[in-house]
Parts: sequence; C-alpha cells; structure tokens
Amino acid sequence: MSSDQDHLQETDTEARFEFKKEENSAVRSGKGLTEEVIRMISDDKDEPDWMLERRLRALEQYHNMPMPSDWPGMPDLSELDVEEIIPYIRPDVDKREGVDDWTELPDEIQDTFDKLGIPEAEKNALSGVGAQYESEVVYQNMQEQWEEKGVIFCNMDEAVREHPELVKEHFMTTCVPPSDNKFAALHGAVWSGGSFVYVPEDVTVEMPVQAYFRMNSEGMGQFEHTLIIAEEGSEVHYIEGCSAPKYGTHNLHSGGVEVFVGEDAHVQYSTVQNWSKNTFNLNTKRAICEENGTMEWVSGSMGSKVTMLYPCTILKGRGSTDTHITIALAGEGQDIDTGAKVYHNAPETSSTIESKSISKDGGRTNYRGLVHIADGAENASTAVECDALMFDNESTSDTMPYMEIEESKVDVAHEATVGKIGDEDIFYLQSRGLDDDDAKKMIVAGFIEPITEELPIEYAVELNRLIELEMEGSLG
Amino acid sequence: MARLELNNLHAEVAEGDEKILEGVNLEVRSGEIHALMGPNGSGKSTTAKVIAGHPAYEVTDGEVLLHLEDEEFGEDIEIDEDQRTWNLLDLEPNERAALGIFLGFQYPAEIEGVTMTNFLRTALNAKIEEREELFEDEDGEADAEEDDEGFENSPMEGDVDEGEVGVAEFQQILQEKMEQLDMDEKFAQRYLNAGFSGGEKKQNEVLQAAILEPSVAVLDEIDSGLDIDRLQDVSSGINALRDEQGTGILQITHYQRILDYVEPDHVHVMLDGQIAKSGGPELAEKLEDKGYDWVREEVYGTA
Ligand SMILES: Nc1ncnc2c1ncn2[C@@H]1O[C@H](COP(=O)(O)OP(=O)(O)OP(=O)(O)O)[C@@H](O)[C@H]1O
Ligand SMILES: [Mg+2]
Repeated sequence: MSSDQDHLQETDTEARFEFKKEENSAVRSGKGLTEEVIRMISDDKDEPDWMLERRLRALEQYHNMPMPSDWPGMPDLSELDVEEIIPYIRPDVDKREGVDDWTELPDEIQDTFDKLGIPEAEKNALSGVGAQYESEVVYQNMQEQWEEKGVIFCNMDEAVREHPELVKEHFMTTCVPPSDNKFAALHGAVWSGGSFVYVPEDVTVEMPVQAYFRMNSEGMGQFEHTLIIAEEGSEVHYIEGCSAPKYGTHNLHSGGVEVFVGEDAHVQYSTVQNWSKNTFNLNTKRAICEENGTMEWVSGSMGSKVTMLYPCTILKGRGSTDTHITIALAGEGQDIDTGAKVYHNAPETSSTIESKSISKDGGRTNYRGLVHIADGAENASTAVECDALMFDNESTSDTMPYMEIEESKVDVAHEATVGKIGDEDIFYLQSRGLDDDDAKKMIVAGFIEPITEELPIEYAVELNRLIELEMEGSLG
Repeated sequence: MARLELNNLHAEVAEGDEKILEGVNLEVRSGEIHALMGPNGSGKSTTAKVIAGHPAYEVTDGEVLLHLEDEEFGEDIEIDEDQRTWNLLDLEPNERAALGIFLGFQYPAEIEGVTMTNFLRTALNAKIEEREELFEDEDGEADAEEDDEGFENSPMEGDVDEGEVGVAEFQQILQEKMEQLDMDEKFAQRYLNAGFSGGEKKQNEVLQAAILEPSVAVLDEIDSGLDIDRLQDVSSGINALRDEQGTGILQITHYQRILDYVEPDHVHVMLDGQIAKSGGPELAEKLEDKGYDWVREEVYGTA
C-alpha cells in the first residue's frame, strides 16, 4: 500500500468518518415542515401530481399523529426537533439524473467518496453502485447484462417518472403506508432519493446490488426511499452501507424500505450503518412475502445517537420464510433500540431471528422484537435468539422479545443471553501473548462471527473495521 | 537457558484480603521438570496465575524474576546485559508471554467464534512482535512495522499478510504439532475450546505450548480428565517441549500417574501457601502412598 489515499483508508480509519465538506448546494429549502416546503420539493423534482398528492396526504397524517411515547423503555427523542431540520438539499450536479462516470462528479464529492473507499469497492466487481450524496443520487452505474434481463436499478426519483405504474402500485401503499407511524408519515411527505430495484420473473441477479448513502449537510435530514420488487421466482441481494460525518446539531435520518417478495422469490437486504453520533436514525423497513418466498434481513447498526429500527416481514404466503440477523453496538451516549418483527399470517411459515448486541461506556442496546403467529397459521415455526455482551457495569442491555401466538400448532423456540465480557476469557488470551485491546477485539469479533459470516467479504471487513474503530475509542 | 525464580512470594485476592500465598520460594530452569503437588486449596493454581499475571491477585511481598541468557530467543534477538533479568510483576500478562512464560490452565476458557487457527497465529505473531518491542535497540531500529489491514480471506481467519508468520507457513506448523499430539486436524477450524471435551481442552493447552515454544511452562493439572491414551500423547508432548525446545516445566498435579511418563527432576509439596517440602521423584511416590498428613506433621509437628 503506497498512495496517500490508500494510507488514509488503511491506517487512519477514524479520518474516514470524521471529515466534512463545505456545503455547496443548488437548492436549499427553508426550515420547518409546511405545505410550501413539500410543494417545492415536488416541483423541483418535476414530479407528477399523484406523487405530490401522496406527499401532502402524508404531511397531514404526520401533523395529526402524536409522537410515540407509550413504549416501554423507549429511547429519548425529546432533543429531536423535526421542524428544525431542513428536509431537502440537492447537490450541485448539472445533470438531473446524475452522472455515469466518477470523473464527472464535482471534486469535493469525488474526494468524499474516495475517503469512503467507494472506488475501491467498485473495483471489487460491484455490479452496480448508487451513491447518495446529500439527498440526490448522483451516481448510477449498472451493468449491461442486467438491462438485457429487464432488471431495473435506478434512483427512486427517476423511477417515479420512468416507471409510474410500478411505483404507483407499490410506493407506500400496502407495505408501509404513511399511516403506519409518525416517522413513516414524515418520510412519505419529505422522502427524497433512494433506490428502486425491479427484478422480473425468474431472473437471478448474480452479484449484490449495492448502494452507498451518505449525508453531509448540517441540520439536514435524510429521507431516502428504497423500493424493491422481486417478481415470482427471482432472486436478488441488495446492500446498503451508510457512514455519516459528525456534526454539532441534530441530524435526522428517517428512511423507508419496502420489499415485495413474490412467489418463490428470494430477497436479501443487507445494511451496515454508521451514522454520526448525533443522528436520530428512525426507519421503517418492511417486506411482504408471497408463497414460498424468502426474505433475509442482515443489519449492522452502529453510530447514531438514537436508532430505532425493527425490520419487519409479513409472511403472507404459505411456506414463506424469514431470516433476521442483526447486530447493534452502542457506546457512550448512544441508545440503539433495534429488533425484528415477523407476522406469520399463513401456514407452514417459518422465521429465524438472531440478534447480537454490544454495549460499552454507558451505552444502551435494546432488542425489541415481536413475533406474531395468527390464528390458522398452522405449523408455523419461529426461533429467536438474542445475545448481549456488555463491556462494563455502566452499560445496559435489555431484551424485549414479545410473542403473540394465536395458533396452537406451532413450534416456538426462544433463547436470550446477557453477559459481561469475561475477565477470565481476556486473561486467557492475554496469557498467550495478545494485549488487552487485541484480546477484547478478538472476543468481540468471535461474538459477532455468526453475522459477519453471512455478509459478503467487503462488508464483513467493513463491519469488523467499524467495530474495531469503536472498540479503540473505549479500550484506550 | 532461562530461569524462573520465585522469592518469598506473598499474594492475596485483589478484592478482599484473603491471604493465599505466604512466602513461596521456587526455581525452575530450562530443561528441568518440576512437579508441584499439594492438597486442594493449598495455592498451587494461584501460584501459577500469579506467575502469568492474573489480575485477580495482588502480590503483597516477594518477587517473580525471569533470568534469560544471551541467545534465549535465537540469534536474531540480541539480549543486552541489562535485559537479562526481568521482574515479571512489573509486566502485563502478554509481555510475560513474550518473554517465554506459558500457563496451561486448569480450566481453559472457551472463546466462541474464534477459530483455533486464527487465534494461534494471532498469538504467535503478537508474541514475536511484543518480543521485538521489549528488546528493541535504544536507537529504535527493530523491524519496521509493516502496514496491516486489508483482509484477503475471511476476516475471521485474520489478515493473510499480517505478522511474521503467514497463513501458509502457520498452517504447516500447526499441522505438524497436531500430528505429534495425535490431534484430529478438524480441531484447527473449530472455535477455541468451545464444546471441547475436558480431555480435548487439556490436549489443546499442550498444543498451544508446543506452538508458542515457551522458556518456562506452568501446566496446571494438565493430566486431569485425560483418558489413558491421551495421557500418553500429552505426556510425550510435554517431554518433547523439554527435549526439543529446552522448556522448563512446572507441572501441577495430584497424581503419580502422569509422573510415570513425565519424570520429574524435582517434586515440591505445597501446604497453606508455602512450599513445605521438596525432594526427588521418590517424594511423589511417597505422597501417592501416604497422602499429605505426614508432611503436615513434619512441618507443624501435628497432623
Ligand atoms: N479469586 C479468588 N477469590 C477468592 N478466593 C480464591 C480466589 N482464588 C483462589 N482462592 C482461594 O485460595 C485458595 C487456593 O486456591 P488455588 O486455586 O490456588 O488452590 P489449588 O492448590 O490449585 O487447589 P486445587 O488442587 O483444588 O486445584 C483456595 O482456598 C481458594 O478458594
Ligand atoms: Mg488448582
């Protein structure tokens, strides 16, 4: 490794998550959430009327809904002032639809991506990259063979104009309607950017579809929307990675993900997130699975001040399957409240939830899960395992695995462990030559191994590095 | 040649003031085999853990010294006159390991998710690196740090290029040592001690010693839980350590059985936190026959 950039990427990981860029934006909406702001967003995007109407309806719902407050052990959202967050910023790119080549990007954006190591990732044979800089997808790259197969992978804004029938039918209708929760309503009103993925019948996308997201503007919220439609018998793996720089004022991230898994289709959605430590990361992610379909969620949640994230799968068709693998890490001042929701609405459905969380330096992790097995979902089976590892006595780990079981012919397994990192384990490794830090890192790497095993190699490495970076902060 | 020296070692539990060791004197040289025996609770494991640097114990008096000779770690590492004697109590456990101390645990820890191969190679490289740091020339010339990072295989296997000993080379070493101990090669890919049977764990401790090539190995009840065949495998592993690497062995045991295979040069009896009696191999046989009462009688004048 010789170039300066490599050096930065390889040895000074911290730098990759600390830098920020001067803002340079073409359009910047005013503070606060009014109808005018929404009209301006929609107008600027040349959106069709039906989308503007959906936004306005969602805004109304947002204003009418109370903040959630009655959950046990809910993270503190009192410091979140949505009205203060400028919802939309468009970066200074000439072409509305982004560029096809890295070199056409403004220098500072290229620089930012370089620091994130994206070109390097691309070298590793990514089959497509959608990178969101601020609120706009500025770079899209899709391999030709996909087009031949009829696979669509584009910016969500573009999809609204180019594929209105598909979007109209699926966008925040049956999967995540704005009425779902206050933040879903907010998202419906101000969403901007994100990815649209469509995989036609019986098509298998061999390599993962990948998108990087990044927000980089003080006081700005990010509300990207991802819509994945996998038709009957198709197969796709979508990967999203996030890393945000640190800022002094609050940032809100409230993304929306909707996944339609057709009959016999298979979708994997993987995400490694590292939001800056002042971000409120409040998302709604949901999948609907038809007969014999398979949905897999793999999530690594790091960073942020507060994360509330419970990817949900509705097992609608007989024989459909869900897998959740989640990992959460909370350090000083962080409250990472994550989990999984699965609704077994048909017979022979099965779900597996595996959650690992690490808390240190007074951080809090909470596993909040719900498995619902409806009356008539005969022979449904579910297995839930959540393990929490605490680094010290100041940190907290809670588990709240709710089960609502209305059917009697079911198979339910549940296991939870909460423990402090073992002094004897650390000493054992130390006595073999590892120093205290490396011993702890090795124990943590082993603890999350079941997760990293599931990820494509670049992401496993990224996740490990992020965790090591977080560990270094506390191990000193 | 190395020499481990315990002088008047007093230790108690760090949290609380229960005294456990009350003046232990002991010396173990390279190539020697010592057996440390004594009733339950007399302080044998504590002695072992204090040597290795366990944080649960506080040393209130005495010292633990390690004396090294010039070429203890081969020709590459030059040991200056003033670096020949180390006060182990001032060092971290991993630094002690780098100086050649090895502790075979009575109850080895189980580490999930970390393969034996990854762990052992990481440990071996950490030890080499730490050793270089400890003996680094004043003008700080020692090996330039190669930049690490950049996994090419699974991150769980560790970085291919990191450290002195690369993956391929290490695999060779590991395979060889496992064969010597008659260990199934599938253990290389298993998680460290996780789900190992009691005997397998003990065998694994000796494997680790064989790979880390210590100057002095303290083996705490390495024979407990071993079946007859495995006892022989483990014994020949210990003898090989002594014969091939010149390791000094401090073997803690309750039974004569292993001493038939690993013949001690010296036998010590620990009573109430002190070495109450030392002798040759015949002492162990007498203990097997008569128990500890007669030693107690000799020391305290009563049974
Ligand atoms: N961490 C600790 N906290 C409290 N007491 C301890 C601790 N470690 C050791 N002890 C006590 O010190 C005494 C000596 O323990 P040690 O484990 O050294 O005995 P041992 O000679 O190895 O015995 P055994 O033959 O049963 O293995 C025992 O009474 C034990 O209970
Ligand atoms: Mg003991």
